[in-house]
Amino acid sequence: MEELKLPVYLDNSATTPVDPRVLETMLPYFTENFGNAASRNHSFGWVAEEAVDYAREQVAQLINANPKEIIFTSGATEAINLAIKGVADMYAKQGNHIITVKTEHKAVIDTCKNLQKKGIDITFLEVQPDGLINLEELEKAFTPKTILVSVMFANNEIGVIQPIEEIARITHKHGALFMTDATQAAGKIPIDVQKTGIDLMTFTAHKMYGPKGVGALYVRRKNPRVKVTAQIDGGGHERGMRSGTLNVPGIVGFGKAAELCRLEMDTESKRLSELRDKLEQALLKLEESYVNGNTQHRLPHISNISFKYVEGEGLMMGFNKNIAVSSGSACTSASLEPSYVLVALGLDDELAHSSIRFSLGRFTTEAQIDYTIEQVANAVNRMRELSPLWEMHKEGIDLKTIQWSEH
Amino acid sequence: MAYSDKVLDHYNNPRNVGTLDKSKKSVGTGLVGAPECGDVMRLQIEVDEETGLITDAKFKTFGCGSAIASSSLATEWLKGKTVNEALTIDNMDIVEELHLPPVKIHCSVLAEDAIKAAINDYRVKNGLEPIKFEESIIH
Repeated sequence: MEELKLPVYLDNSATTPVDPRVLETMLPYFTENFGNAASRNHSFGWVAEEAVDYAREQVAQLINANPKEIIFTSGATEAINLAIKGVADMYAKQGNHIITVKTEHKAVIDTCKNLQKKGIDITFLEVQPDGLINLEELEKAFTPKTILVSVMFANNEIGVIQPIEEIARITHKHGALFMTDATQAAGKIPIDVQKTGIDLMTFTAHKMYGPKGVGALYVRRKNPRVKVTAQIDGGGHERGMRSGTLNVPGIVGFGKAAELCRLEMDTESKRLSELRDKLEQALLKLEESYVNGNTQHRLPHISNISFKYVEGEGLMMGFNKNIAVSSGSACTSASLEPSYVLVALGLDDELAHSSIRFSLGRFTTEAQIDYTIEQVANAVNRMRELSPLWEMHKEGIDLKTIQWSEH
Repeated sequence: MAYSDKVLDHYNNPRNVGTLDKSKKSVGTGLVGAPECGDVMRLQIEVDEETGLITDAKFKTFGCGSAIASSSLATEWLKGKTVNEALTIDNMDIVEELHLPPVKIHCSVLAEDAIKAAINDYRVKNGLEPIKFEESIIH
């Protein structure tokens, strides 16, 4: 029997720890190899540049890209801003319409809303109850002015994987560029930008056991050659697309993290999906518990479950001393709104308030999953004893018939 | 955000969880909040007709830890008070006692509303006019 290590971290979709092998690779670049990769005339600069070039190859290899197609940024949010705003600026003469989806990450949604204020038309596609977009609706959304389609590879809350290859094909048929935010998918499932026809893709190191503060934008160089207008002015680093001194230790770590993910992906994704399924199946044995999102097209490490009649934040408090997860409920006066992703699936607000996201990772063990099953099941049962809604449900009262006080 | 020790204590050892017989004339029930807002409180009081004292109070709450703690604390405070004394319980007393942060003040407001709703239910059942309260500030 393996030893149970506490606390249990099941919030790997928020961030991951740096793998010790990654950290070891990074360390020399803080101290002896501290050079600026843009210093062309001495060995400090050359060493740094060489390290960045190598990391660029490692990152490119993860997604079957050419290293020249990788632009390093400070993270996925910056990469997303650069991609969407950069395309809107660069292709302004061709059109002013962008298509995206309601369940995208805030970095995409808010970037698009910002552009909306500047006169760009944005279409936010609905999703089906399983979280996938409807390709016919995508087809219908195109106008002669459409320049970009941005659909995330896999969703951060429910892990649902969109039909990226088909979306790319449809997008190209209409003469637009296809961008995907692959922050959650990169390093977890195979991604081949050539085969899939992705024109722009964003991802980050800290979701794949690399450091925070470094991300990447993939920009296709051939068929078609894609260009983005720089959003940060300065020394013209990263082929002029992203100025700013390169975060050499971060980039080195990103490269190593990408390499480890690529080499270990097959065994790791199998291990994680087995553990995830064990957790999910055990928790679904609780009455009135439901998985959110499509379970066939889904990342191997995410499970989003609603435990009806208990509130997510209150539930988490029952075990969050020893188990870290996240909830689709935010009980604050600023926002009583539950997760907009779950609401977009058509979930009742009350089910959205009852959701917990479990996201497993490289350091999750089976003993931890067994412990989590026991703790979460106990907490759900305890919270239901406290829940007036559970009591009404058990008495056969339909909650929809009750006149709730306005809130 | 970390919870205060008092919130944790009420969450881990909630006082007076349960259900009183709402068909009884001596029992007043307040059900406030809404499932789609993420919190629903049901607070009940039982009043001794002779003395006018609240002899029992029970709650059940669907909500975050602060909502559970606010309603648990409210039941503790209600017991032994007269109905009129109970009306003086202010949400800010709950905030102070539980050290609730600003984002959780609405939980205490809900508890105050639940107390008022339970009292009015008791009053109506016993042929008294319901008291008209001013609208809550937050919600």
